Amino acid sequence: MDLIGLVGFNVLVGIGTIALITVGLGVIYGMMKIINLAHGEFMMLGAYATYVSTSHGINIWIAMIIIAPLFVGLVGLVVERCLIRFLYGRMIDTMLATWGLSLGLIGLMTSIFGNDPRGVATPVGSFSIGHYAASLYGVVIIVVALLSLAGLYAMLRFTRYGLIVRATMQNANMAAALGVAPPTIYMSTFALGAALAGLAGGILAPISGVSPVMGSAFIAKAFITVLGGGAAIVTGTSLASALFGFINIIVSFKSTPVIGEVALLVAAVVMIRILPQGITGRFLRRSL
Amino acid sequence: MSRTTDTRRGFLKMGAALGGTALATPFIARNAFAAAEPIKVGCLLDMSGALGVSGQPMLQATQYAVKVLNDQGGLLGRPIKLINYDTQSSMQLYTQYAQQLALKDKVAVVQGGITSASREAIRPIFDRFKTLYFYNTQYEGGVCDRDIFCTGTTPAQTVSHIVPYALKNWGKKVYIVAADYNYGHITAKWMTKYTREGGGQVLETDFFPLDVTDFSSAISKIQQAAPDVVLSAMVGANHLGFYRQWAAAGMKAKIPMASSTFGLANELNSMDASVTNGIVSAYGWYPTVNAPETTSFLDGMTKMFGPNLPMLSELDSASYEGMMFWAEGVKKAGSIERMAVIKALETGISIDGPAGKATMDPATHHVVHNTFLAEAKDKKWDILENFPASPPADTAAVCNLLKNPRTDKQFVVEVN
Amino acid sequence: MKLKTLPRPRQDAGWGGAIATVVGGLVILFGMPMVTGTFGLLQVTVFAALAIFALAQGFIWGFGGILCFGQSAFLGLGGYAYAIGAMNMTDTTGAVALAVIVPMIFAAGLGYFMFYGRISDAYIGVITLTVTIILFNLINSTSGDIYHIGAAPLGGFNGIPSVPPLNIPGNPDDQLDPTGLWYCAMGALILCYILLKWVLATRFGRVVVAIRENETRAQLLGYDPRLFKLLTFVIGAGISGVAGCLYTNWGAFISPTVFSLTMSAQVIIYVLVGGLGTLIGPILGAVAIQYLITLAGGQHVIDPNLMLGIVLVAFVLLVPQGVAPVIRGSVRRLMPSRSVATPAQAEVSQGASQ
Repeated sequence: MDLIGLVGFNVLVGIGTIALITVGLGVIYGMMKIINLAHGEFMMLGAYATYVSTSHGINIWIAMIIIAPLFVGLVGLVVERCLIRFLYGRMIDTMLATWGLSLGLIGLMTSIFGNDPRGVATPVGSFSIGHYAASLYGVVIIVVALLSLAGLYAMLRFTRYGLIVRATMQNANMAAALGVAPPTIYMSTFALGAALAGLAGGILAPISGVSPVMGSAFIAKAFITVLGGGAAIVTGTSLASALFGFINIIVSFKSTPVIGEVALLVAAVVMIRILPQGITGRFLRRSL
Repeated sequence: MSRTTDTRRGFLKMGAALGGTALATPFIARNAFAAAEPIKVGCLLDMSGALGVSGQPMLQATQYAVKVLNDQGGLLGRPIKLINYDTQSSMQLYTQYAQQLALKDKVAVVQGGITSASREAIRPIFDRFKTLYFYNTQYEGGVCDRDIFCTGTTPAQTVSHIVPYALKNWGKKVYIVAADYNYGHITAKWMTKYTREGGGQVLETDFFPLDVTDFSSAISKIQQAAPDVVLSAMVGANHLGFYRQWAAAGMKAKIPMASSTFGLANELNSMDASVTNGIVSAYGWYPTVNAPETTSFLDGMTKMFGPNLPMLSELDSASYEGMMFWAEGVKKAGSIERMAVIKALETGISIDGPAGKATMDPATHHVVHNTFLAEAKDKKWDILENFPASPPADTAAVCNLLKNPRTDKQFVVEVN
Repeated sequence: MKLKTLPRPRQDAGWGGAIATVVGGLVILFGMPMVTGTFGLLQVTVFAALAIFALAQGFIWGFGGILCFGQSAFLGLGGYAYAIGAMNMTDTTGAVALAVIVPMIFAAGLGYFMFYGRISDAYIGVITLTVTIILFNLINSTSGDIYHIGAAPLGGFNGIPSVPPLNIPGNPDDQLDPTGLWYCAMGALILCYILLKWVLATRFGRVVVAIRENETRAQLLGYDPRLFKLLTFVIGAGISGVAGCLYTNWGAFISPTVFSLTMSAQVIIYVLVGGLGTLIGPILGAVAIQYLITLAGGQHVIDPNLMLGIVLVAFVLLVPQGVAPVIRGSVRRLMPSRSVATPAQAEVSQGASQ
């Protein structure tokens, strides 16, 4: 019984982790149909922002939840203005340009910080599920993932800004005719997606350690979850994360983490074959 | 227009003359000091990627050794020049740069390779193109090849002490976690062998590829198995997450841990004491070893590279010793020619390394070395036991290059 | 009323350009051993192998319109098939055959899964990328003793070292030295180039390009795009297998990194920098970028990743159509009599870049 509780908890943490790393990429892809291959590196920047802040004595929660997203959001803004802006509509070219950006960011951070993996201490302790110990930090991950998705949903559904974003997503020309400037919206959504990536990086920093190459472990999973989820940002990300996270953790537990990864990827491939538009391409098509 | 052209021509002529002189100067200088042509030493280490954090101080130790030798007047009257390539933890680059060092730079010796996988990728290349090779990383033992010298410790010198300590102090039920490549697999076999010899039992062995960062399911599995001891042979920057997640899950208080690799990547500095305290390891050197050679090594390194050195480990002392052994071989042979140096090194040469006296064993091309058992305490290594002149018994049991000089393989221990 | 016949648009540089390329290739083939020593030959051998790899990607992407983000899967399968075959058989000719056939079979299966499932172009990139990552993860975990095929241990992360080099077919003891390997690699590159040029000139090739330009139109004309795409994909996989075999021979070593994300991305960079929609472009791109990477690793001033990233971003922003069309454009400007092919050529290049 305890074991089921422990595994169940791990499944929730796994789903939360995937949701966290995917939501930033989902915003950017859902909005502008841009595959941002530098997403992993945005997470890495968020992790470094957390590390640098905490090593200067700033409270870790502020570092993770406020400083990391703000910093990476600003970086996203700069990137959008200097690079992405010229490549709208050219999907392949943005993939390649963002790949170049990711290499450049890795190189830049290596030059500045070296490639010592840094550590950020986990701010909470452990708790018991029966006579098994589990990390309370898993709860933090679940909570932050839920809040991010809920917050995104609330923003899209209830705020004026969210309305404008949705309108621009559906028909940019019409929105422009109604007085909205799509380039400004794109700029802000790219920054938002980057900020979410920074948040994910900050939250995951205590678990995965901070090094310039940490991003590459996340990009494939995020990429395939976004495509598996489909066009709807919040619903798609949630459903795809739930499905893939569940498969990943259960298979990892039964065999090895690597087979768990493989199972996640195979499931994703099969799913894209069955539902080429992603989950929300077929079901819940009108959802956010 | 023509005046500026004339002036420009004038400048160009002057520049050409100066440039020509500048180019010619080395020729002039070289002819005057023809005997001082440097000896080229190659170095293949990872400065970036998963093994970068271990590779950087290894390079520094090698550079320090070169400096010490050059301060003594070089070798055979010639200065030593170090040519190093950053292999970026990539097997392809290891292969590529190995070929480059052997064929293009034509170095006298190569010091390098960190993971056993990289060693096994470049060893055949150096065999094929007849370049002398020193492997200075502690590893799983068994390499029997006349063209290579291994200065790192092997399981018979380290793991054979860790396991009895764990069994005696903590309990008989063992769970092994190891990196998923040849080092991890073979070291896990040695751990299993020593556990069974000590009357213990291995509950389970789990392997993790070098890029795995999420160990939550692994930690749950370990809890379910309920061992007395966890033995770790995890490698590289990503596996450090295991120790952090272990501590975060509150497992530090429940199950003690020993490792054959912990401490080689600046862990005590980069991780919190709550994560590192209590982990036991065994190596051929620690910065806290009580010996004058240790003090002078640390002083020399700090003087050359500044006070912000990472915590040094056996990887760095062995890199230093690798250069020193080769230098002694060259001095004894009176030449840098490969076969001559090999034969000189097979006469039983000793040097004074940071851990004290180390001797090259002629039959195995491995080192008889002082080894130590230590426990991590408050971000320092607290040395528990001392094993002077520990022989490379594991390799010696299967390898005799004096009798069979044509052997060229790695022997792997059999455990049923 | 007399209908004006439009000049027949040529899809490539025409036979003049092809012959010039082949002649150039032969010059390099025979000239290189006279110019450099063993190390230089080894370096250019790997360039040739990766150029063949780029050629495959350029063919299926530039002419077939299939953005395969996981071509390294076939490179790796070819390399591993050769390594395992060579260690189990005494004559490497069989191993070479395996290196070509195994990727083709795998491509046939994967291609059937993708094209007959009517998956859209962008998602093909994702799926092929995922497949190569799956292969990477699987092969990476085969370190233990139990993973071996015949006499060849799969080795996992360690890879398979000491792979037997190619030997003259029929003569197992007569193994190729670096010079021989160079002849083999460069010769294979020239042959693959000629093969692909010939394929593009046949009816099959023209249908493939037609499908890339407008799939619905080709379908309405009666051609089954799924079949043609599948065949293109399989041909590309076979050529990648050849590249994999040569790549393994170069270092006498193969490891799972051949399946990595980096390798997949590199080949796309080669084709992009060299010129999408041409055959010579990928070859040039491969050589240029590989040379840059090697150069970057040897110096200590600027981080190699940073340099590569800057180059890539610069190319995407400034020279998105790649180097080859730029060169060809300037060559053509010097030879005005060939202006007939220019508009169609430009259209092909632009169409291919979308």
